[in-house]
Amino acid sequence: MDNRKLTWFGRVKDSDIYYSFIKSPTAIVSTFILIIIFFCSFFVEFVTPYNPFDPSSLSLMDAFTPPSWTEDGLAKFILGTDGQGRDMLSTILYGSRISLIVGFSAVIFALVLGVGLGLSAGYFGGKYEMIVMRLTDVQLTVPSILMALLVDGIARGIITRELHDEMAIYVLIFAIGISEWPQFARVSRAATLVEKNKDYVSASTIIGVSNLIIMFKHILPNILRPVLVIGTIGLALAIIAEATLSFLGVGVPPTTPSLGTLIRLGNDFLFSGEWWITFFPAIFLVVLAFSINLLGDWMRDTLNPKLN
Amino acid sequence: MKFKNFIKILLAFLIIFAPSNGIAKTIKWSMQGDSLTLDPHAQNEGPTTQVSRQIYEALVTRGLDMSIGPQLATKWKAVDPNTWYFFLRDDVKFSNGQKMTSEDVVFSILRAKQPTSDFKEYISTISGVKAIDNYTVQIKTSKPNPILLNQLSNIFIMSKKWSTDNFVIAPQNWDAGQETYSATNALGTGPFKITLREPNTKTVFKKNSKWWGNVEHNITEIQLLPIKNAATRVAALLSGEIDIVTDAPVQDLNRISSSGGHKVESTPQMRTIFLGMDQAADQLRTGNTGDNPFKKKEVRQALYQAIDIEAIKKKVMRGLSEPAGIITFPGVTGYTKALDKRLPYDVGAAKKLLADAGYPDGFEVELRCPNDRYVNDEAICTAVVGMLGKIGVKVNLFAQTKSKHFKELKDNQGDFYMLGWGVPTLDSHYVFHYLYETDASWNKVNFSDAEVDAAIRVMEGEVDLDKRNAAIAKAWKIVRDNIAYLPLHHQVISWASKSNVDVPIRPNNEPLFRFSKVN
Repeated sequence: MDNRKLTWFGRVKDSDIYYSFIKSPTAIVSTFILIIIFFCSFFVEFVTPYNPFDPSSLSLMDAFTPPSWTEDGLAKFILGTDGQGRDMLSTILYGSRISLIVGFSAVIFALVLGVGLGLSAGYFGGKYEMIVMRLTDVQLTVPSILMALLVDGIARGIITRELHDEMAIYVLIFAIGISEWPQFARVSRAATLVEKNKDYVSASTIIGVSNLIIMFKHILPNILRPVLVIGTIGLALAIIAEATLSFLGVGVPPTTPSLGTLIRLGNDFLFSGEWWITFFPAIFLVVLAFSINLLGDWMRDTLNPKLN
Repeated sequence: MKFKNFIKILLAFLIIFAPSNGIAKTIKWSMQGDSLTLDPHAQNEGPTTQVSRQIYEALVTRGLDMSIGPQLATKWKAVDPNTWYFFLRDDVKFSNGQKMTSEDVVFSILRAKQPTSDFKEYISTISGVKAIDNYTVQIKTSKPNPILLNQLSNIFIMSKKWSTDNFVIAPQNWDAGQETYSATNALGTGPFKITLREPNTKTVFKKNSKWWGNVEHNITEIQLLPIKNAATRVAALLSGEIDIVTDAPVQDLNRISSSGGHKVESTPQMRTIFLGMDQAADQLRTGNTGDNPFKKKEVRQALYQAIDIEAIKKKVMRGLSEPAGIITFPGVTGYTKALDKRLPYDVGAAKKLLADAGYPDGFEVELRCPNDRYVNDEAICTAVVGMLGKIGVKVNLFAQTKSKHFKELKDNQGDFYMLGWGVPTLDSHYVFHYLYETDASWNKVNFSDAEVDAAIRVMEGEVDLDKRNAAIAKAWKIVRDNIAYLPLHHQVISWASKSNVDVPIRPNNEPLFRFSKVN
C-alpha cells in the first residue's frame, strides 16, 4: 500500500495504533474521559458561571450547601458548596487546571532533563555514562515525595513570604520534575544502547554527521516510544505527587487551590458530615489519574514491539 | 455442679464490678493543654487557674453565676476608702489537717506581691496587709480601689508553714524555668487535693475529706488527661475514655451530641473577637491609595456595615457566637444590651459611606489574622475578605500562627488585624486600660481620646459606684460612636461530656467540680 496517497487522517486510520485503539474499549473510554476533563479544565471560564477565586462574588450564606440531589441541595450548585460558599464543581475544575498544568510541566521538565542526560549517557558511554547512571541510582534510593518535600523546604527558606505564593507553582513543578527525571534517564539510555549499534547510526557516523545531529535527529525518534509510555504514566504520578504535596500543605496555597489543596481543606469537615467538600475533589483526582494510567497501559501494550 | 460454678462466676462479677460503679465516682477531664504549674501565684493563665481553683481557695470567689461571694472570708468592710477588714472563717483546715489562720492569708497576699509572682500587677494597689487577730485581716490600698474584691478572687491562699517547710516562700520563677516543690505539689483548703502530678500527662485530684464547705458534689476522684489534638480528644470522648472535654471543637459538636450518651453545653465565653484598623498612620503599609482611609470614620463605618455578622455566625461559627457591638460581654461592669447592639448590616449604605469618604472605587489593604488562636479565626477572616470585596475594598488575607501574629502586631506591623479580648476582672476598666487608653500596650489602632483617658482615671480611683458607672458608660459611648474598633462577636465555648456527668458550664471556661455530679 502506498501511504503517501492517503490524507493525514487516512494515514492515522490505516495505522496499527488506530486499529489497536478502536479494538480497546478501555483506551476509548479513558481517552473520552480525559478529553472531557481537559476541555472543561482549560476552558473552565466558559464551562461554569462561577469564578471561585473572586472572593467578592461569593456569598457566605451559600456555604455548606449539599449536592443538588440531596434534600437541602440547590440546583445552581450541582456538587454543593464549600465552607466559604464556593461552588464545588467550578472549584474542582479550576483546581484540576492547576493540577494538570503542574503535572504536565513537571513531566516535560523531567522528560527533557532525563532524556537529555540518558540519551547522551548511552551514546557517549565511558565515565560520563557512569556518573549519570550512578546519579540516577542515588536519586532512586530517595523516595520522590521526600525529594519534592526537600526542594520545597529549601525554596521556602530562600524565597520571601510575599514571593512565595506566586512562586509556589514553579517550585512545585521543579520539585516534582527533579524527583522524576531518573526514570526517563534510565529508559532512554537503555534504548539508546540498543539503537547506537544499528547500521543507520554507523552509517551516519561514517559520513561525518555530528554527534548532536545523530543523537537528536536519528536516535531520538527511535527511542521515543518507551519514553512516551513512561511519560504518560509519569503524568499520573506527577498529578498525584502534586496532590500529595498540597495535601501536606506544602504545595499550592489555599487562595488558588489545586485538587490536593481542596482535599486537604475539605478534610476538616469530614467528621462534621459535610462529606462532599472533600469527596468530590478526591473522586475527581482518582478518575483523572486512573484514566491516564489506563491510557498509559494501553500505550505500553501497543507501542512495545516485543509484545506485538 | 456446673450451675453452681455459673452462680459463683456471676457472684464474682457482681463483687468486682458493682462496688466500683456504686462507690467510686471518677471524672476524667480533658482539654488541649495542661496547667503550667501547680504554684498558685506563678502563672496567670487559663488552664493553670482552672486547676488551682479545684485545690486552692481565695478570700472571696465567683460562684456558678459569676457573682462575687464569700469563700475563706465570711464578710468584709471598708472602714475608709483605703482600709479594708476581712473576717475569716474559723473552721477552715488545709488538706493535711492544719488550721488556716490570718497568718496564712497575710503570707499568701505578700507572696503574690513578690517579683516572681505573675499576680503582682493584679494586686499592685495593695500597700499593706496585717493580721489583727487569728481570724481578722486588714488590707490597706495605696488609692481607693473599687475592684479590690474582683482582684482578690484570683489570689489563692497557701499555708505559711507548708511553704516555709518546703522552701517555697517565694513563687516559682516560671519564666526562668525554675523547678520548686510548689510547682508539682499543692496544699490548699479547697474541696480537692492533688495525689498525682505528671505534667502534660496525668493529674489526679482526690476528694478532700477535711474540706470545711457543704459537700454538694459526689466525686471521689478527678483525672486531668490533656490531649493536644482536637480530633483525638473528640475520639477519646466518644469512645468513653474521657468524661468531659472543656474545649470541644465547633464542627464536631453535632457529631458528639448525636452520638447518644453524650451531651454538649455551650455558653457565651468571656472573650470578644474584633478587627482593628490603624487610625494614626499617615499611609497604610499595605494600601494602594497613598493615604490612610481608616482615618475617616465613614470608612470604618462602611467596613463595619459591610460585614454580615449573622452569616458568619450561621455558617462559620455554626450558630455558636453572639454578634457584638462593643468589646465586652454580659457580666462585665459597664456592659449594657443597648451598647452591644450592632450597626445594621447594609451593603448599600456601606458603599455610599465609602463614596462619601472619597473612595468610590474602594482601596486595597492586608488583613492579618491568627490561624490557631480563636475559634475558626482564619475562616472568619476569609469570610470578611469576601464581604468587603462586595463594597470594593480589596483585602489580601495573611493568616499565620498566633505567636508570630501577636509579636508582629506588637511591633506595629498591622494596618488591619484580628484580635480577641477577655476580661478576667469582669470590669470594663480592664478593656479600656489595654485597648483604648492613649499608647496602651494593645492599643494597636492608635486610638486616642482625652475624654476616654480622663474616664479611665475615674474608673481607677472612684469608689462612688454611680459616678464610676457614669464614667464607664460615657467612655463606651465615645469609643462606640467613633468606631475605634470593628467588633465581630462574643465567642461561645462548648463543653462536651457523657450524659451522666454534670459539670455546670461557666463563661470563664473554669469548671467548678465542687458543684459537679456523676450520676
